[in-house]
Amino acid sequence: MALLTAAKVGHQFGGLCAVADFNLELHHGDLMAVIGPNGAGKTTVFNLITGVYRATEGSICFKGTELVGKNPNQIAALHIGRTFQNIRLFRDLSVLDNVRIAHHAQINYTPLEGLLHLGRYRREEQRIIDNSRLLLAIFKLEHLAGETAKNLPYGLQRRLEIARALAISPELLLLDEPAAGMNPNEIDQLMALIQWIRQEFKLTILLIEHQMKLVMGICERIKVLDFGVTLAEGPPKMIQNHPKVLEAYLGEIPDG
Amino acid sequence: MIALMREQWDLLLENRWLVPILLVIGFGLAFAIPEYNLLSVYVQLILMYAGINIILAVSLNLVNGYMGEFSLAHAGFMAVGAYTAVLLTMKVFPVAGFPFLFPCAVFAGGLAAALLGIIVAIPSFKVRGDYLAIITLAFLMIVKSLIENIDFIGGPRGISGIMKLTTLPWVFFWTVALVWMVRNFIYSKYGRGVLSIREDEIASDLMSVNTRHVKFFAFMLSSFCAGIAGALFAHLLQFISPRIFDITKSTDILIMVYLGGIASIGGSILGATLFTVLLELLRPSTMAALLSWLPSFVFEPLNEHFISHLGVWRMVIMPLALILVMLYWPRGIMGLREFRGFIPRRDREAHHYINPQGEEPDGATDRR
Ligand SMILES: Nc1ncnc2c1ncn2[C@@H]1O[C@H](COP(=O)(O)OP(=O)(O)O)[C@@H](O)[C@H]1O
Ligand SMILES: [Mg+2]
Repeated sequence: MALLTAAKVGHQFGGLCAVADFNLELHHGDLMAVIGPNGAGKTTVFNLITGVYRATEGSICFKGTELVGKNPNQIAALHIGRTFQNIRLFRDLSVLDNVRIAHHAQINYTPLEGLLHLGRYRREEQRIIDNSRLLLAIFKLEHLAGETAKNLPYGLQRRLEIARALAISPELLLLDEPAAGMNPNEIDQLMALIQWIRQEFKLTILLIEHQMKLVMGICERIKVLDFGVTLAEGPPKMIQNHPKVLEAYLGEIPDG
Repeated sequence: MIALMREQWDLLLENRWLVPILLVIGFGLAFAIPEYNLLSVYVQLILMYAGINIILAVSLNLVNGYMGEFSLAHAGFMAVGAYTAVLLTMKVFPVAGFPFLFPCAVFAGGLAAALLGIIVAIPSFKVRGDYLAIITLAFLMIVKSLIENIDFIGGPRGISGIMKLTTLPWVFFWTVALVWMVRNFIYSKYGRGVLSIREDEIASDLMSVNTRHVKFFAFMLSSFCAGIAGALFAHLLQFISPRIFDITKSTDILIMVYLGGIASIGGSILGATLFTVLLELLRPSTMAALLSWLPSFVFEPLNEHFISHLGVWRMVIMPLALILVMLYWPRGIMGLREFRGFIPRRDREAHHYINPQGEEPDGATDRR
């Protein structure tokens, strides 16, 4: 059974049709990329899956649960994690708290226990601290646990965002342009990291990326969007030579 | 030498008996001071007002500082707590014979205010910022005009002849209990949720924070505290009227919060204390006494035109102070920082880096 199924999903902003007739099927363990020029509607697809916008048409099913109509926090609690194209960390909070906050739906105590620091409070807080520090250690951020997030250099902020997304123990991870602003060396590291977390956390990953090196290097399937419409979908080899894709990226191809 | 003293100081702060010992001493003093008249009645009164103001500032900081909203409704919640408790002690409970019923009346005042807190909490799901501030202002005005129009509770004349049931030990008890609860709330998943809403509400929602729950509980707790403070205030002043709980009162609490610094319990305690002292200095009699050393050709006109009208000048000075603090000192004394003593040990240790060799480099305590 598919992990995520999007069927005939469409979304309009006022009169502008940002996404139309979007279909997607992700299976457990997939690593797939969505590519396309700026304004193609890629980020909008992420926002529709995670509940930021409500799809005006179609349905999105995650493990048999309909996502359209649910709040973002309900969808996140179903273990769909994401990062953002423009980094959206909790800037004034510590690195550790950024990761701890994303555990919210997994912490089991009542407001009263929280108010009195009694009952399950201690056990749960310690569990979350341990797990958060483990995640920070994986991303080599542990020594920065007490640092304010906004003081981190750009590259580390991007890493922290992935760590935070992993804190909701996602089954499906959505990465919005994870390599943006990185140099080739950093992109290599990122590619290794993505493959490693995919193995380690048994993730299904859907990512948006402009860096062809990353897309062609690690993704098994690619979906191409342009003006909200799907141009093509298939393995990297096929996409590379697809005439419609070349046209969208390079402009009109002369006859012959 | 200084390093050694610092070390000793840190050791002292780490001692888990420090807080219990301080509390016992505090309680002992709170009982002993009125019993043996260790301080003048006037100073005792100021101490009690300071305690009530600390409750108000810490609880308003939860909404205005930690959550980053701007609520003007705090005086309204105070009024609800005050009127509820006063009606109970004057008309329902035989408090005169059974003074131990007083805390029940105070608690009921807090509950009533918390219930009305829902009225502000629910709009906060949809609107933020300026619009929510306007809703809180509307709430304050509705509460005030409702009270003015109910004859049963004295209408605009208010209620006088309230028994003086608020004592120093009670103020001490409620201040400690409520500050402790607000602090616990902040260092729980709900408090972190409140902080993340201030930072980026959509990201917070996407990171599985149930923003509605979090806002709901934060507003409830904040208004509960304001209700308790109102109840204590009423039984100290022995007179309440709708005019006491108007926008001026809310402005006062705002000054305490922004002076002390947003998102800081320690800051709010400092801010409330400073404000209480400042307010006493602005009384005509105190000011006259303080400035009496001036030569009489300076003092007399000053007294005639300024000092004797301080009651009116206060309405200008306090809002002006609020504007100045917000413009030129937006972080206040302790903005986004906290005294180590208020941060739970578990939280502090979690933020420290212990490298594999077991050495411990400096960890930051100024996190918020
Ligand atoms: N909140 C919004 N309101 C109105 N239009 C939007 C909004 N978000 C995105 N759009 C429009 O939808 C289209 C797709 O945007 P987006 O999904 O961000 O593209 P991409 O991520 O592929 O670069 C663009 O034309 C953009 O201007
Ligand atoms: Mg985008």
